[in-house]
Amino acid sequence: MLVYILKRLAIAVPTLLILIIASFLLMHAAPGGPFTAERELPPQVLANLNAKYGLDQPLWRQIVSYLWGIIAHFDFGPSFIYKDRTVNQIIAQGFPVTITYGSISFLVAVVVGVALGVTAAVKQNTWLDYIAVGISIGAQVLPNFVMAPILVLVFTLWLGWLPGGGWQGGQWQYLIMPVIALSTSFMASIARITRSSMLEVLTSNHIRTAKAKGLPMRRVIARHALKPAMLPVISYLGPAFVTMITGSVIVDIYFSTGGIGKAFVDSALNRDYAVMMGVTILMGTLTILFNLVVDVLYAWIDPKIRY
Amino acid sequence: MALLDVNDLSVRFATQDGDIHAVNGVSLSLEAGDTLGIVGESGSGKSQLSFALLGLLAKNGTATGSVTFEGREILNAPEKVLNTYRARKIAMVFQDPMTSLNPYMRISDQMAEVLMHHEGLTKSDAIARSAQMLDAVKIPDAQNRVRLYPHEFSGGMRQRVMIAMSLLCKPQLLIADEPTTALDVTVQAQIMTLLAELQKEFGMATILITHDLGVVAGFCERAMVMYGGRIMERSPVEPLFAQPTHPYTRGLIAAIPRVDQGHEALHAIPGNPPNMTGAPVGCPFAPRCDFAGDDCRRDMPPLERFATERDRACHRPIDLIAPLEVPA
Repeated sequence: MLVYILKRLAIAVPTLLILIIASFLLMHAAPGGPFTAERELPPQVLANLNAKYGLDQPLWRQIVSYLWGIIAHFDFGPSFIYKDRTVNQIIAQGFPVTITYGSISFLVAVVVGVALGVTAAVKQNTWLDYIAVGISIGAQVLPNFVMAPILVLVFTLWLGWLPGGGWQGGQWQYLIMPVIALSTSFMASIARITRSSMLEVLTSNHIRTAKAKGLPMRRVIARHALKPAMLPVISYLGPAFVTMITGSVIVDIYFSTGGIGKAFVDSALNRDYAVMMGVTILMGTLTILFNLVVDVLYAWIDPKIRY
Repeated sequence: MALLDVNDLSVRFATQDGDIHAVNGVSLSLEAGDTLGIVGESGSGKSQLSFALLGLLAKNGTATGSVTFEGREILNAPEKVLNTYRARKIAMVFQDPMTSLNPYMRISDQMAEVLMHHEGLTKSDAIARSAQMLDAVKIPDAQNRVRLYPHEFSGGMRQRVMIAMSLLCKPQLLIADEPTTALDVTVQAQIMTLLAELQKEFGMATILITHDLGVVAGFCERAMVMYGGRIMERSPVEPLFAQPTHPYTRGLIAAIPRVDQGHEALHAIPGNPPNMTGAPVGCPFAPRCDFAGDDCRRDMPPLERFATERDRACHRPIDLIAPLEVPA
């Protein structure tokens, strides 16, 4: 197992390298650049700027020196737009915010989603099932860019219970609405996957054996059905967790949380090459990491899987 | 008082194409220590009959009639009541040991939970007792192997585990639902020998469900032949084989391949098992029966006693067409 994990981590290095080179080339392939503006800069100024950020060099040298900066100094370069900030600073400022509301949203989505899904499956075709399925369909069809303004309208403008935005170091009042907005659709998907997988597991032979042992249904579900029913859910959770902790531009914009999601979209719009690359690498690394976590969890649940 | 009394038991499954009548008006009675074989083709309702006894039917299934165990009605009893019978008084061994054990749990945990739940044992005591039981079903090195997962056992060993698990609480009735179907022939013989030994040792009544008449001949005192969810014939095993009188029983016996009869083609009963959708009309075997007449297609013959301890449901039994000597 340990050997397997080390192997997977070793494979991650070339994967990341390919990711970096591909994004770098794509970014530069698009017409325009960070200093393209409506009012054109004087050619001399533009040349100076390009020289300062190394954009006058051939592309391969840019890639090599970018990679060298990361490997040698863990330096993802300066922002092309915000003159006094480096990519490391931007990520260090935004990422703690995103990972906070992202992790909480993840926990909420998993706990509520699994509970809804299991309830629906165990009470299939009863009113409990219909309510659970109803909630998950509702949550699924309500995108967060619709949900967010509704939340602000209800809880801030009408009821006046919660602040309409801001972060304040992550105090709970500021967390509630971002977490609801971010978690609902994931919660709905988790509930749906849990329900169908649980329904399938409940018809399997070993569940009949467990019932024939005279165990109460609660015990049968908790001890015999839950683990196998979680397998498809877990393969969904890996990528979902990365999506959630790398944040949501919608949440960042509506609730002014200052997370990394907004920084990423802004960087793409402003052609802020260094920030774009930095966030891409961060997401890529997390994706690789959590796919590995999913595989390890699989082996933990299913003893037949050995690496 | 009989240990188990089944009266007019019927099982139906609601499907989109209409109700499936899996079991139709089956009655049987079992004393302590009895061995009864239930024989029939796939789809004859024999497994569903056994699931109905313990309330293990699929969600769309309903059972009607009466099942009493030690005089108490248990058919359609609340789960809470049923759970005091399951494993403690009536235990089951299922057909496919590959899928009937939980692949995600150690054998020790799967076995121990039975004893912890029903007898309040601590986990370590329960595991020790489980290991003893594995030893009793002749699993070598039981002390250590109790900690393994099901996939680390062979098919035959897994079925031994299933049997050991079913015997943990010393049940009064063991229902074995095709315990050897998924196993190869030499392992089948080992498992049946083991079951016969354990049956004598523990003295429990046993219902053996199988499509293998040979297994019934070796293991059971009495046999019940089912077709289309109905009892065709019910008899002590010896006269059933010596003088089968029901055309279906005779067909089944003729279909047993015999080593001493050379390499001729296998005998088979022509036709297919009946479609069980909709209410049954007439004898379910009539479409495949050589002797069937209009009466057979119209009315289901009642189950009638025709010799000592022998019952059959047939309008045209073979001994009436070509009289046989029926032993007293």
